[in-house]
Amino acid sequence: MVQMLLEGTRDTLYMTLMATLFGYVLGLPMGIVLAVTDKNGICANKIVYKVLDFIVNLVRSVPFLILLILVIPLTRLIVGKSYGSTATIVPLVIAAAPFIARMVESSLKEVEQGTIEAALSMGAGTGTIIWKVLLAEARTSLLVGVTIAVGTILGYSAMAGVVGGGGLGDIAIRYGYYRYETGVMIVTIIILVVLVQILQGLGMMLSRKLDRRRREL
Amino acid sequence: MEPLIRVEQLCKEFQTKDGTFAALNNISFSIDKGDIFGVIGLSGAGKSTLVRCMNLLERPSSGRVWIHDRDIAQLSPKELRRTRQKTGMIFQHFNLLMQRNVLDNVCFPLEIAGVKKKEARKRALELLRTVGLEEKASAYPAQLSGGQKQRVAIARVLAGDPEILLCDEATSALDPQTTKSILALLKDINAQYGITIVVITHEMGVVKEICNHVAVLDHGKLAELDTVAEVFGNPKSKAAKILLHGELEE
Repeated sequence: MVQMLLEGTRDTLYMTLMATLFGYVLGLPMGIVLAVTDKNGICANKIVYKVLDFIVNLVRSVPFLILLILVIPLTRLIVGKSYGSTATIVPLVIAAAPFIARMVESSLKEVEQGTIEAALSMGAGTGTIIWKVLLAEARTSLLVGVTIAVGTILGYSAMAGVVGGGGLGDIAIRYGYYRYETGVMIVTIIILVVLVQILQGLGMMLSRKLDRRRREL
Repeated sequence: MEPLIRVEQLCKEFQTKDGTFAALNNISFSIDKGDIFGVIGLSGAGKSTLVRCMNLLERPSSGRVWIHDRDIAQLSPKELRRTRQKTGMIFQHFNLLMQRNVLDNVCFPLEIAGVKKKEARKRALELLRTVGLEEKASAYPAQLSGGQKQRVAIARVLAGDPEILLCDEATSALDPQTTKSILALLKDINAQYGITIVVITHEMGVVKEICNHVAVLDHGKLAELDTVAEVFGNPKSKAAKILLHGELEE
């Protein structure tokens, strides 16, 4: 039993962290494009913004459970099978990327317009502004975003247990729900709570440590 | 003296809910190389819009801005970036990078210009010495006072080795004492490096303190343009009189 719970924890962490990583590989560029093409952005472009905005909303409005089933053919194509923790990463990434894109967009929009204008007035190009002004100045907010994303993805990964997704959610559903072993279910929930607390704490600590906007250091 | 900046029939309109609003209406004047040129007017007179047209943070609706006999609206994006590197700007709210320390803030324009890191740091330290903030090199902007932040902004702008310095209400957020010291610093910079300075302000005191010439803006129109002595001694426009009398009443 302990062995199973340990493996479940490992699988949950594996799914969560991989999905967060790939979620950012997709979501970060999307968020940047959203932030810079919006009407006050440095590359304002109504068409690009509207198209991306629509796609993000579209994917975000599909409930995760439905998405999980909808993308099974794609999962088979990429991973070779549709169950297990590696397979679950595919729908997790697809669900997380637009959500991450929105958080990145909103973090980058918190950067003062004046700071961006100062960089423009110095002759900075778009790449410099994205890299050295937007991402650098918004880093605290971006890290808070990562923390939120990890927590949300962890929750989603547990949901994937319904279709044999592996990890703690899987165990909770198989033992706790189908076999009425309430004890196991409660233990998995406690582990999930502890994981979220640890990840949340780490994320917030890191973002505070990297924030230079306070008077006291 | 040759004119460095020429503004020609400049108009800027903004679309608002209640129709078109003309922020600038047919403004023409020129600024000589090495001059300290003031643009004064009440709030909403269009001064900020005018100065923002000089580095194309704002695109004019019509008319032209020439720098060195080149129409800046016709520049390619690359040429515009290069022109902006030589046209520094400082702001009312300083607009420093809050997540970078003072030294790295001053290094920023040098990074943009592709200067090597070691060289950039050396140059940035020299400039911090020029503005009297050498010992704050590793502090962060949040730990500085307003006057210190503006000094950092000035050091940062000087790092780009500009020919022109645009000051958009650069002293409006500062107390009178600090304003005086910042103005003295600007005067020094003008004398030492021969940088042409354009000062946007709503305070006559600022104009009196450092400018040679002044343009008075009134509701987007150029009301008066002359030497500071002439405008102060013998104001002709209503706007100039109001600005002067307001000063007297204080």
